[in-house]
Amino acid sequence: MSDHEYVPKSKFGKWFNDRLPLLTLRNHLTDYPTPKNLNYWWTFGAILTFCLVAQIITGIILAMHYVATAGLAFESIEHIMRDVNYGWLIRYFHANGSSMFFLAVYIHIFRSLYYGSHKSPREVIWIIGMIIYFLMMMTAFMGYVLPWGQMSFWAATVITNLFSAVPFFGESITNWLWGGFAVDSPTLTRFYALHYLFPFLILGLVILHIWALHIPGNNNPVGIDIKQPSKDTVPFHPYIVLKDLFALLIFLLIFAFFVFYSPNLLGHPDNYIEANPLVTPDHIVPEWYLLPFYAILRSIPDKLLGVIAMFASIFVLVILPWLDTSKVRSAIFRPIYKQFYWFLVADVIILGYMGAMPAEGTYLLIARVATAYYFIHFLIILPFLGIKEKTLEVPLSITEPVLGGSSNQTMAKDNSNLRDNL
Amino acid sequence: MKNFIKLIIFLVLLTSFSSHKLLAESSQENLKVNWSFKSFFGTFDRASLQRGYQVFNEVCSSCHSIKYLSYRNLTEKGGPEFSEEEAKAIAANFEVTDGPDSTGEMFTRPAKLSDKFVMPYANEEEAKSANGGAYPPDMSVLVKARKDGADYIYSLLLGYEDPPVDIKLDDGVYYNKYMYGNNIKMSAPLFDELVEYSDGTKATTEQMAKDVVSFLMWAAEPHLEQRHKIGFRVIIYLIIISILVYFSMKKIWSRIESEV
Repeated sequence: MSDHEYVPKSKFGKWFNDRLPLLTLRNHLTDYPTPKNLNYWWTFGAILTFCLVAQIITGIILAMHYVATAGLAFESIEHIMRDVNYGWLIRYFHANGSSMFFLAVYIHIFRSLYYGSHKSPREVIWIIGMIIYFLMMMTAFMGYVLPWGQMSFWAATVITNLFSAVPFFGESITNWLWGGFAVDSPTLTRFYALHYLFPFLILGLVILHIWALHIPGNNNPVGIDIKQPSKDTVPFHPYIVLKDLFALLIFLLIFAFFVFYSPNLLGHPDNYIEANPLVTPDHIVPEWYLLPFYAILRSIPDKLLGVIAMFASIFVLVILPWLDTSKVRSAIFRPIYKQFYWFLVADVIILGYMGAMPAEGTYLLIARVATAYYFIHFLIILPFLGIKEKTLEVPLSITEPVLGGSSNQTMAKDNSNLRDNL
Repeated sequence: MKNFIKLIIFLVLLTSFSSHKLLAESSQENLKVNWSFKSFFGTFDRASLQRGYQVFNEVCSSCHSIKYLSYRNLTEKGGPEFSEEEAKAIAANFEVTDGPDSTGEMFTRPAKLSDKFVMPYANEEEAKSANGGAYPPDMSVLVKARKDGADYIYSLLLGYEDPPVDIKLDDGVYYNKYMYGNNIKMSAPLFDELVEYSDGTKATTEQMAKDVVSFLMWAAEPHLEQRHKIGFRVIIYLIIISILVYFSMKKIWSRIESEV
């Protein structure tokens, strides 16, 4: 198609590429038509890919020095921090990396919600993304257990105990998870094994996520379907590559600030106290990125229902493409949705804050209201809004912000086809 | 670019928010010390670390272990930087159990640089029984294991006072206004002229507290100086390359009619 297209020249290259077109995959990736109006909120895909790879690399190096048994885990972390060459750098990078990873993933998810990237025809991308997000939370939780500090131990105890709420089989399930009758060395060892496994599952899913993205192409701030390639698109390389790189560098600046100048700010001091089953910390709190779910869990008075609510809060996200009934994708053209979108952002931040506070008095009351609102947003407001909301007129294309596009996606597509034919 | 600035503001807000909520709840405001290791280029005060080691050795170490430190660490760059001879002499003051020898017997010998710091008690139970049931925590990472670590421990060391009239304390329990719950089982460990500094520094309680907390900070974070130094270079490097990439990006995007 273009003059820079790569064609394997060597005999072996041709032979290989005919059998597995890996060498010409590059052409697809460099030429991949990308909407030219993508803003910086779209750079977090690349940032997240970087985070995942960085976590895997630093994690593998840490695994070479870490010992996953209850008696030695804490000591082996101190060994890494003191005696392993640049061990402190690798560990702080990995520990803060998880926070940065979640920061990026939350921005990525909320970008989707704002611009309607989860809607047809991108539902599968969204669902794969939600599975990735769920695996990320599991991975992060198990990683938090590995240093075997007080918070590690007690977080593991609290979370695994949730399964005891399952009727009839509760106790058997928890014993099975623990590999014993309490959180102990067998629990730590299996968490370590799974903490090593899950990132590779995530990596596989990320490949599917990107593959699924490359079928319909990127959504864009205007949220309209665009013809690929057209005047509305630019090739991925060099335009988007450079933009992503620039955004990644700014992200790394913030990352570096945490790693080098406040590496323990996002952690909890109690995790520098070795795990002690006989001493319970005053407040058991998960890492900041899990706090909204922790708040939902605690705001339901019944344990089993609390667990169900927590999992339901993720499940409503999975089925979101069918809950959000509006035909218009971008919030730019949905004045009322835009308001509710920011309410949701505020609601999640409030939930996060309440997750860090003790579950009592006013805190508990606010957490309950916020939990209720979270579900109301997805289960009532969104389906209703899609039917009732008067959306603004959607333009036909990005380059020519001509109004007159229909609020209906398929209509808009038809219109643009019509225009091209004229 | 406008969007980009918005994004940065959002990130800053989010990070500052997430850090704030971790700093909630405090009863007594800690004393603030202008630590030499706090700032962007912060380093340890070598002499203070050496004095701090002296305080630790003569006062704290009779009850507190510091088990993740080795005597060789005392000579390492970024720490108290004792000379190798000095550190060897320090180590030789302690007896460690080694063995078994060729006849299968365990024996004691003077500690070497490669040995870990000798612990005052054989195990936690012995430590507890010798200290009225309270376990003197290991000091290796103590500064990182307390919120607001350095300032908190400094405040605690100076925070002993007579209990308010309405509070009755049991035997072996002391009143400390910075301690969580105000009850502490450690008696005031420092008082003026408790140690004699060889460099002529006046051994006031404040001075000793400052020195020993510096030492504990180093013990918890032995690569702090290296971290600050590398961090500065990394950030400078990132800023320069960001500027270069920014202008490259601008140049390339100028080929098409679209803002970046």
